[in-house]
Amino acid sequence: MSSTNEKQDKPVITAKIDGFFITFYDIAVFIARFFREAFRPPVEWGEFVRQCYQVGYKSLALVTVTGFITGVVFTEQSRPTLSEFGVTAWLPSLVAIAVVRALAPLIAALICAGKVGSSIGAELGSMKVTEQIDAMEVSAINPFRYLIVTRVTAMTICLPLLMFYNALIGCMGSYFDVHAHEQTSLIAFFDNAFAQITFLDYTTALTKAILYGFTIGIVSCYQGWNATQGTMGVGKAANVSVIVSMFLIFIEEVIIVHVFNSIR
Amino acid sequence: MKENGHYIDKNETVIKIRDLYKSFGDKHVLQGIDLDVFKGENVVVLGRSGTGKSVLIKIIIGLLKPDAGTVNVLGEEVDQLRDADLRALRLKVGFSFQSSALYDSMTVGENLAFPLKRNNRSLTRDQIRKTIDVVLDAIGLPDTINQYPSELSGGQKKRIGIGRTLILRPEIMLYDEPTAGLDPITCMELNKLINAVKERFNTSSIIITHDLTCAKEVGDRVAVMDEGRFVRQGTFDEVFTEKEGLIKSFYDYNFIQ
Repeated sequence: MSSTNEKQDKPVITAKIDGFFITFYDIAVFIARFFREAFRPPVEWGEFVRQCYQVGYKSLALVTVTGFITGVVFTEQSRPTLSEFGVTAWLPSLVAIAVVRALAPLIAALICAGKVGSSIGAELGSMKVTEQIDAMEVSAINPFRYLIVTRVTAMTICLPLLMFYNALIGCMGSYFDVHAHEQTSLIAFFDNAFAQITFLDYTTALTKAILYGFTIGIVSCYQGWNATQGTMGVGKAANVSVIVSMFLIFIEEVIIVHVFNSIR
Repeated sequence: MKENGHYIDKNETVIKIRDLYKSFGDKHVLQGIDLDVFKGENVVVLGRSGTGKSVLIKIIIGLLKPDAGTVNVLGEEVDQLRDADLRALRLKVGFSFQSSALYDSMTVGENLAFPLKRNNRSLTRDQIRKTIDVVLDAIGLPDTINQYPSELSGGQKKRIGIGRTLILRPEIMLYDEPTAGLDPITCMELNKLINAVKERFNTSSIIITHDLTCAKEVGDRVAVMDEGRFVRQGTFDEVFTEKEGLIKSFYDYNFIQ
């Protein structure tokens, strides 16, 4: 029996399970190649800096707006409940804990998955289907090191920076709201806010951001690198990059929270 | 030996292919290819679309792995090479893509500088600029250095694609459909360019095409491919003496229609 017939005879569910494990294996090989190439010279500094600019600097406006609004809204939503118990003074620490532990890493990651992940998926997908990646290969250039290592590394480094920036802006948003209602000073607000944040909270947030950045980088690069079917494949690479990155981010969130809560 | 005004060294084989097979699933694309390319020779591979012409040169450059058979390029077995050795070999083999495959986020100058900088990190900015100027002059587009690929015509893109490979001074050129999708005048210009590249840069070449005018203009030898095999090889006149079957169809389409 030919392989085509075997494929046709195979039940859909079996074919899907096979496909899942094949993709899983391919991603594992892709990640292994990333670590192998990442530590070999020469380093593509120029492209790495360009990617940091794309990932970090170009996301600043969106991170600022969302961070600020998150801080304001979270404060506004929490105030009625806290005032029922007469503890509105807890607002700064409540907001800071929520922002540092959960909101900032998630918001920064979701913004990057949507904005940068889709862009990387589409850019690499487009380069793949127009043979630009093959053109690098035949020019004796290592396209994996130039395109993938730089993007994944930039994402892994810039996301934690964006996350801390997002946390700071979120707290600033909260401060403006608290100051408007309770006339709290900036120093008193931040003293109160950060008094409750422990070293473990920063470690959790940093771990999350590094892992989310790496996940978005790997997923979107993998999708772009393996794009097929012309322009349709480019769109699919961008779309799947975002969906899979977001899905994995939420799964990682659950796992990391459980791990760090067991340490706490 | 002198042919078409230039020397072909029939004692030095730069590409030697033996019993080459390649399949994609159930589709058997190459089914026992044998080919020798001599130093200084332009070999044109003619064939219908989908007969495996592009697959052949992608195997030669190591972009695809053969299922069986051997490909020896400049004394190296391509599919046996480690990554670093394959890269070293690719410095000696230029590949011009059918789609040109220019980096669309870079200007023409940056497209040309990109492989040069990455393969020779000690070059100064002035040296890079001079090398780019020489290549742009050779391909007849000296004023395009600051233009983006989107601002170029199809023929200009093909020329820049060829220029990008020439910047590394290859010994062998592989052209994938250099005249596909171009008007007859631009095709003629490209044929002249392919011959000029051979003269000026002393290259040996494989030219993949289904354009008989191109084959006649640039080919020292023509190999006609059908269903994954070479069905005829020789000079253009030898191959097209008997105009029967596939050969007749090709001839009629190119010169009568």
